[in-house]
Amino acid sequence: MDIEEHFFRHEFGRIVATLTQLFGVGNFALAEDVTQDAFCRAMETWKLRGLPKNPSAWLMATARNRALDILRREHTAIVSEPELTRFLESEWTLVPTVEEAFSAHAVKDSQLRMMFSCCHPRLSEDAQIALILHILCGFNVKEIAQAFVSSHAAIEKRITRAKKILAGSTKLFNLADADFPSRLSSVLQALYLLFNEGYHGSSPDAVRIDLCQEAMLLMNLLIGQPALVTPKSYALAALMYLNAARLPTRLDGSDNLVSLFEQDRSLWDHNLIAEGQALLNLSASGTELTKYHIEAAIASMHTDATSNEDTDWKQIVSLYDMLMAIHPSPVIALNRAIAIAQLDGPERGLQEIRVIHDLYRLSSYPFYPATLGELELRRGNYPVAKANFSTALSLARNPMERNFLQRRIDTCKKANVLNVINNYSE
Amino acid sequence: MTEFVYLYRGYELPASPGEMQKKTAKWMAWLKDLSDKGHLKSLGEPLQPGGKVVKGTKKQVIDGPYAEAKDVVGGYSIIVARDIEQAVEFSLECPIFEDGGSVEIRPIGQIELGDGY
Repeated sequence: MDIEEHFFRHEFGRIVATLTQLFGVGNFALAEDVTQDAFCRAMETWKLRGLPKNPSAWLMATARNRALDILRREHTAIVSEPELTRFLESEWTLVPTVEEAFSAHAVKDSQLRMMFSCCHPRLSEDAQIALILHILCGFNVKEIAQAFVSSHAAIEKRITRAKKILAGSTKLFNLADADFPSRLSSVLQALYLLFNEGYHGSSPDAVRIDLCQEAMLLMNLLIGQPALVTPKSYALAALMYLNAARLPTRLDGSDNLVSLFEQDRSLWDHNLIAEGQALLNLSASGTELTKYHIEAAIASMHTDATSNEDTDWKQIVSLYDMLMAIHPSPVIALNRAIAIAQLDGPERGLQEIRVIHDLYRLSSYPFYPATLGELELRRGNYPVAKANFSTALSLARNPMERNFLQRRIDTCKKANVLNVINNYSE
Repeated sequence: MTEFVYLYRGYELPASPGEMQKKTAKWMAWLKDLSDKGHLKSLGEPLQPGGKVVKGTKKQVIDGPYAEAKDVVGGYSIIVARDIEQAVEFSLECPIFEDGGSVEIRPIGQIELGDGY
């Protein structure tokens, strides 16, 4: 029997959250140690004896027994939450209380509370994401540094500081707290950024499907709780599902990036599209129209269309107009210009790019010159297109982007040669 | 055929759950391969670190074994091989070597004298 993919990482997050709930957030380091210990035992046993019948229950039981030992031995040193402490102090109630903490619904609750705690307002967005990946998704410092193209030392510092702030809280975030709506916004933003990092991040792999999957798993945890779910959460979930449906075609067989216009739409995941569409319908209630709603609507315009020509670019442009109104950014403006180029031709697209406010903020973004190159190529302005792609190439962040841009440069060269030959023959 | 014990000594544990999973899967695959070929007598058991040592005529009980990490036996398996050379050969694919550990291979001490004894 094989171990399910990412099983260790996911169980790690579940157990550490549960133990933190039991030991109190101030004892987070102890919860981590006990979890680590349970995993060492699992590894040492399983590698020789093979997997037990129920690996998840095995790990949970190991962690639960260790937790009972510690709570019996050191209950005076453990400062759990007041409502829990009462039950942990008496041997009569200790075992059932610990058992209860390891029940499926309590584990989910602990994971959610941990996720909200990771999005502490004193932490930057980057630190929140790093902490979520570390605690709930079981990535270590090295693996997080790889995902974010950051140095080991920088991530380590960020996580150490974030853990200190976490352990300094009096308890895990209470989901019934009055702060819930604002904290939910931070959680959604962190999951959104995590998904995007996987979808078009800067890591050497360009597409990190595992990061997208982690974001979606946590998102599912959140929308699986009827009491917590909001239209905004549904909208973000819809956005993830609809974009994830296109993941199988973002890379071709040789791991080259493939633009939306060249993707084989028959390979899109139609189950994910259907689920995304259902989530998008669920999000259409309430009064708040968020960037997630609009981005999900744009994604659904693409998944609805059978081809590039069949795409409702007019509708997409108006959705980008709405997005610019509530959440202006140069990257969104650039995407809007691309949609306008699809609708009214490359000249109009280029005009729109020239008037982007804060254009300078795109100066190190490879897809800014790449877009200029694409539109110039479509106009038949091959040397200018090639120069733009060369600029983009110098900004590329990973081999896949470099290959993609190199192929566009080659296309420009070929087109230019053909152009020259045609001019001669006329 | 002779039985041998593999004693697994001193290796670093992986640093992350993801790596632990990869490592566990590697060990499982290695032992499964030995087993499929009929060379595994017993899966063996892991040994927990720590314990007690009783020694001397006074039967002194001390905490231990206080060996250095590289010398601690973390587990064992029992295999069947034609001779020590083959037992060595089977061990070469053991994932322990990636993590700085060693496999000690010891014949299990049956002396074959034939049916007359």
